[in-house]
Amino acid sequence: MATPTLVKGARSTRSTIALKLAMAVSGLIFIGYVLAHMYGNLKAFSGEEAFNEYAHHIREIGEPILPHAGALWIFRVVLLLALVVHVASAVALWRRASKARTQKYAVKKNIRSSLSSRTMRWGGLTLLLFIVWHLLHFTIVKVDVSTGDTGSDNPYRLLVDSFDVWWMTVIYLVAMLALAMHLHHGMFSAIQTLGFTNTAKSRARAREAGWILAVVVAGGFSLVPIFTLFGVIS
Amino acid sequence: MDLTLNIWRQPDAVTHGALHTYQLAGISEDMSFLEMLDVLNEQLNAAGEDPVAFDSDCREGICGTCSLMINGQAHGPEVTTTCQLHMRSFKDGDTITVEPWRADAFPVLKDLVTDRSAFDRIIQSGGYISANTGSAPEANSVPAPRDKAMRAFNVATCIGCGACVAACPNGSASLFMGAKITHLGELPQGQPERYTRVVDMVAQHDAEGFGGCTNIGECTAACPKEIPLDVISQLNKDLRTAMKQGR
Amino acid sequence: MAATDPSHTTPLNSAPTQISDDARGYYTPGEPLVDPVAPTGPIGQRWTQRKFDNRLVNPANRRKLDVIIVGTGLAGGAAAATMGEAGYNVKSFCYQDSPRRAHSIAAQGGINAAKNYKEDGDSTFRLFYDTVKGGDYRSRESNVYRLAEVSADIIDQCVAQGVPFAREYGGLLDNRSFGGVQVSRTFYARGQTGQQLLIGAYQAMERQVAAGTVTEYTRHEMLEVIVVDGKARGIIARDLVTGEIETHLADVVVLATGGYGNVFFLSTNAMGSNVTAAWRAHRKGAYMANPCYTQIHPTCIPVSGDHQSKLTLMSESLRNDGRIWVPKNKEDCDKDPRDIPEEDRDYYLERIYPSFGNLVPRDIASRQAKNVCDEGRGVGPMVGDFRRGVYLDFTDAIARLGEDGIREKYDNLFDMYARITGENPYETPMRIYPAVHYVMGGLWVDYHLQSSIPGLFVTGEANFSDHGANRLGASALMQGLADGYFVLPNTIRDYLADGPFEKITEDHPAVVEARTQVEERVTKFLSINGTRSADSFHKELGHIMWEYCGMERSEDGLRKAIDMIRELKAAFWSDLKVLGTADSLNQSLEKAGRVADFIELGELMCIDALNRRESCGGHFRAESQTEDGEALRHDEEFAYVAAWEWGGEGGDPVLHKEDLIYTAIEMKQRSYK
Ligand SMILES: Cc1cc2nc3c(=O)[nH]c(=O)nc-3n(C[C@H](O)[C@H](O)[C@H](O)COP(=O)(O)OP(=O)(O)OC[C@H]3O[C@@H](n4cnc5c(N)ncnc54)[C@H](O)[C@@H]3O)c2cc1C
Ligand code: HEM
Ligand code: HEM
Ligand code: SF4
Ligand code: F3S
Ligand code: FES
Repeated sequence: MATPTLVKGARSTRSTIALKLAMAVSGLIFIGYVLAHMYGNLKAFSGEEAFNEYAHHIREIGEPILPHAGALWIFRVVLLLALVVHVASAVALWRRASKARTQKYAVKKNIRSSLSSRTMRWGGLTLLLFIVWHLLHFTIVKVDVSTGDTGSDNPYRLLVDSFDVWWMTVIYLVAMLALAMHLHHGMFSAIQTLGFTNTAKSRARAREAGWILAVVVAGGFSLVPIFTLFGVIS
Repeated sequence: MDLTLNIWRQPDAVTHGALHTYQLAGISEDMSFLEMLDVLNEQLNAAGEDPVAFDSDCREGICGTCSLMINGQAHGPEVTTTCQLHMRSFKDGDTITVEPWRADAFPVLKDLVTDRSAFDRIIQSGGYISANTGSAPEANSVPAPRDKAMRAFNVATCIGCGACVAACPNGSASLFMGAKITHLGELPQGQPERYTRVVDMVAQHDAEGFGGCTNIGECTAACPKEIPLDVISQLNKDLRTAMKQGR
Repeated sequence: MAATDPSHTTPLNSAPTQISDDARGYYTPGEPLVDPVAPTGPIGQRWTQRKFDNRLVNPANRRKLDVIIVGTGLAGGAAAATMGEAGYNVKSFCYQDSPRRAHSIAAQGGINAAKNYKEDGDSTFRLFYDTVKGGDYRSRESNVYRLAEVSADIIDQCVAQGVPFAREYGGLLDNRSFGGVQVSRTFYARGQTGQQLLIGAYQAMERQVAAGTVTEYTRHEMLEVIVVDGKARGIIARDLVTGEIETHLADVVVLATGGYGNVFFLSTNAMGSNVTAAWRAHRKGAYMANPCYTQIHPTCIPVSGDHQSKLTLMSESLRNDGRIWVPKNKEDCDKDPRDIPEEDRDYYLERIYPSFGNLVPRDIASRQAKNVCDEGRGVGPMVGDFRRGVYLDFTDAIARLGEDGIREKYDNLFDMYARITGENPYETPMRIYPAVHYVMGGLWVDYHLQSSIPGLFVTGEANFSDHGANRLGASALMQGLADGYFVLPNTIRDYLADGPFEKITEDHPAVVEARTQVEERVTKFLSINGTRSADSFHKELGHIMWEYCGMERSEDGLRKAIDMIRELKAAFWSDLKVLGTADSLNQSLEKAGRVADFIELGELMCIDALNRRESCGGHFRAESQTEDGEALRHDEEFAYVAAWEWGGEGGDPVLHKEDLIYTAIEMKQRSYK
């Protein structure tokens, strides 16, 4: 693939780094979202009423300037756009990387990379599958796996009934593991991509941020399914 | 010590290669890795078999010519160049697999020899400060803050060996490029071209077929000059600034 | 400068007349040689005047002039960049896979320049004086003065390119002192000065590649010069990847192909450093000057065994802080050095040369190390009958500056030492021993750097240069860049002003002949089909050279060496074994060509050394020493440049003498006591 000619008329926006920046920005939007989402989920500990109230409240943000569920839809559009950008850039970078080394090594050791950094792509794919399933489950079809009902309008019941089923809990916990790994490297990676780690110290701090975020988000999310399974939330 | 060597043999750029196994006896631990290969080559030559082609020149860790993947690590198990790796890093009876750098932007020419001219083109695309001979002002008329000068020097030690590319799971040359961007970007003389430089170099990097960096960090672990990961951050930052400037 | 210019109109010395004739029978005496373009007038004005007198080339014409530059080290890289910027059409060649890997990259210590930033009494004249004295009055004064004069511009140029020299806290450039001088005029970038300077030149050159004025041919080895009607008009090169033999024609050819220290097999040079380009030019009529002048560097890592492929230099700057010693008593030589009490140590350089101490010039430091080892007081493992090593001890410096202070100055050198020897130099003293490092000899050039073949210019270490019989530390980088950036571009234009020369084509008989020679040689190497590798011949040659043409040379030894080399040459051409093909990447074939030329060069070096029955700088003849064993020059006989003309296959070389006449400096017996 090596080219003997020099590129003319280079543009920053057409570079791999631009793709990376797009991933980092969309990734940060996701991070913001999951933090908020996790906070919302934890309301499940305050009981059915508080939780449903909260779910309801989200749909009233911005009223009456915005129509009912207007703000929610704005969030959804932003998230969807971020998702498209994030996945598209991921695919572009993935394809490029696989073309960059078509002949593999017979022996290759990993010295400093973390498992999470090496599995970003597969982890991302897992998250994508999870999100699809998750949306079908909670937002679009609203399947209550314990009763077989669909279209429930009591989010709290849906939640609790779901995690009473052990394999649902397992699916979610696996997804949270994937999320933890994705965030562990993703948080650091996004800071590095944005160019804020120009010293060894700031790099170490970015790594810590990755750890903390991974533990807080994945941990926070996991509380609800686990406590539901064990009947603390019911 | 006695060793078993699995070495990638490939007659030329177009023919497919494969690993071949050789036995080697009586290697001293004071030998450098390449001297061990010299011994193998004398043996092969005597036996009428084509010696193994590999690159080396200065053999003191500074020219960046030597370039072997040794047991899955670029330049082998120590933080140094292949030529400065000594056999005391191995044990009697070891099996050692030796492969060329693998990256489509570094095509194999023969056996363990690759074509790294892509790096030269990345430099051509902007890795310099334009200062025609004779046009320079008195050297001390532009002081450079010592810490910045130190950082510039520390990353200017890159020898252009390509181990970073060889080690990177994405085959990215970001560490090499970041080192040059940081070196020139830290100096007052490097400012005027700073943001066109980064755009041009990254474009050339991409056109050569190197992968994008996903901040994995294998490159810096393999780098014999211990170029730190922050040069990639600097690279990203400078590109982001260039983007803001609409370049 | 003119007012205080010390140069005289009448020479301060007279032309030498040689009485001794040790090399009788080995050479043919030739006509005396004069530099046809030697400048005259007050020494401080010569270069300025010459730049003005040299004709100019119209910018519109430059594009039409083809310039071949072989070599991309400091000398070649700087020249390619500068000529490219000027608008000439440059083709640049190197055997490495990238111009950035030329051996200049390995230089560690620093580069001299008469900036006098330290206000310690430095000046152009002092740099000039030190360099002539350091070279033991065997260099041309006009050339050396010019070198000193442009040295300051080099630093300006490099800083503008972004070379990260060491700086002081105020952000201004730092200097250190280097062997053989008492002022601090050496600019440095930790222990990687050559690397940083070369990368600067390389980047400047790559910029011209992008601009389209320079075309680079990497992994190309020049194997022949094309001489048409007495003028150099191109080269034959082999593409080292495809094996293709290529013809490249031009208006002028520049050789910047570096030194030939590898004739000793073990040296601090890169594996690929060779004499082929220079030697092929020599065989086509370029004179080889002072080939026996070799610099043996005092601070290298000692040989550890037979397998060794090269030697590693530890920068001379280490002598600024390290103290050199050996045990006073032979019995202590295998003890742990830390257990040897102060009173049983012999800091021999400090003892013999109290005012320069450990900082005496390289030739002196090397020979004294050899002397103490020959006395049986060397340290380290036994190699043959002797221990070949002396201590370079940092204990005092570590006490003074702390381990961190030392680390900041020398960490890469200390690391390299630890890696190669497996010993920790912060704890035990380093062991060092002299090794071949640099050659002051090379192709003869005039003041314009033009060789005896018109249109063939030679720069950098490849020419016989400005260093006389010994080079001071940090002067080779200075010379390479002076030649490349400032001298050659200003002298070559006087030649090119007559161009573009008549076009020649690839079917010109001289071109065909050169090409055929190369092809036949390649075929020959592959067809001998003997039993020995080129490497084994190279090793053997190296042993002969080191033994008889190394740190100490004697009449008997040199005669013996010449016979041995002649036998070796015969064996080479009948028993060589090169496998593989001509039309592929074939490193054994490359090596064979280089060794063939080293063998012929080795013979000439011995003849030159045999002829010069005096000791000067790096050339020490056992027959010519003072009572206390110091080198003894014979100016009345040998104040000349020995320029050797190729005597034809099987013929004797022809010796032309160029007298060295001084008008600005009086010749003195060198003393560092
Ligand atoms: C280890 C070491 C340390 C040193 N330290 C110092 C120091 O501190 N200070 C100092 O002043 N000097 C030092 N020197 C000396 C100095 O580095 C060299 O003399 C100088 O760099 C030579 O530069 P050059 O441009 O003439 O040749 P080189 O840099 O050797 O370049 C030779 C070029 O010619 C090319 N070439 C050669 N043969 C052919 C061929 N046949 N065909 C095509 N291309 C060819 C090569 O590819 C290369 O590009 C040191 C030398 C060594 C070995
Ligand atoms: C929807 C499916 C997803 C896919 C396919 C995906 C894929 C990827 C890939 C391939 C990368 C680049 C790998 C790397 O830089 O090492 C990446 C980076 C990142 N992802 Fe995702 N991801 C997904 C979802 C998410 C989610 C839900 C989040 C946050 C909650 C997220 C946050 C990040 C962050 C912060 C980065 C780092 C960006 C950077 O390197 O600059 N991703 N993702
Ligand atoms: C244990 C973990 C999780 C639980 C219990 C959970 C629960 C829920 C529930 C109950 C809803 C429906 C809310 C409503 O309709 O009001 C929902 C919606 C959603 N969840 Fe989760 N979630 C979890 C993890 C995640 C993760 C990790 C992501 C993203 C990576 C995610 C993304 C979403 C999205 C995009 C919606 C749709 C929001 C909308 O547009 O209405 N969830 N989740
Ligand atoms: S950054 Fe390090 S690994 Fe990469 S080319 Fe430079 S020295 Fe080699
Ligand atoms: S290993 Fe590769 S992904 Fe980036 S951090 Fe280094 S270039
Ligand atoms: S051969 Fe020069 S760095 Fe290894």
